[in-house]
Amino acid sequence: MLREVIFYSLIVGAGTGGELCVSRAMKTVGEVKDFRPAALLRVFLRALRLRWMWLGLVMMTMAFLALLGILTTENVSLVVPVTALSYAAGALGGKMFLGETVTPRRWAGVLLVCLGVTLVLIGRP
Amino acid sequence: MTHPAKIESTASSSLHLKTYLLILLMVIFGPLGNVMLGKGMRSVGAVTVRTPAEVVPVFSQVFTTGAIWLGVASLIAFFVAYMLVLSWADYSYVQPASAMAYAVVALLGHYLLREVVTPIRWMGVLVICLGVLIVGHTPPSTTEAS
Repeated sequence: MLREVIFYSLIVGAGTGGELCVSRAMKTVGEVKDFRPAALLRVFLRALRLRWMWLGLVMMTMAFLALLGILTTENVSLVVPVTALSYAAGALGGKMFLGETVTPRRWAGVLLVCLGVTLVLIGRP
Repeated sequence: MTHPAKIESTASSSLHLKTYLLILLMVIFGPLGNVMLGKGMRSVGAVTVRTPAEVVPVFSQVFTTGAIWLGVASLIAFFVAYMLVLSWADYSYVQPASAMAYAVVALLGHYLLREVVTPIRWMGVLVICLGVLIVGHTPPSTTEAS
């Protein structure tokens, strides 16, 4: 049980934290309009020069390793919906870290997601 | 001379189109990657490492499994699409919009891996999708790109 709590915390916490960092880095890079391979390569090289990108990649790697670990013993259709808790963490992080406006409607959606996650856990065979 | 409103409208539909296309790629490659990783790691079995020397055979077993490589390639494709779409769209818009992935995962888990998905778990997946649908109907962008 403790092992599962640690792994799920890493998947949700480090995963969402990493995505928020990557989001901040990509907003700094700016809107991608040219999708030719050379232009995309330039975008990625530019992104890789940003500290937020590296921090995001490290955190997402931690979450990925935790996902690999939990997938050895749990069903994928249980593991992936549990990571939906990231929506709550994402809304909070988007508000506090990226300065996004999280309206009551958005919070209502987040609560529904959390309810869905609970149903997924209760429905474990 | 083209009317400025028409130019703005064309730019907006082009933005929506490329956003939807990249989210579609995310919805396809994300679940596929997870399912292939699940399949690969379960063929490896539960990992118990007691000494550092035991890490090598585990890594060797993990990275000689074809399903794991396919899973990693799919997740890289997912991540590239994710990075690109985040360069113009809100994180809180993209994250919920990719929620269809949950339904895809349940379907793939059920049909490809023959996993048991109980009715209550199906209901959970539906509620999750409904929740993220509501989130997705809020304004997609609330901040200016830096």
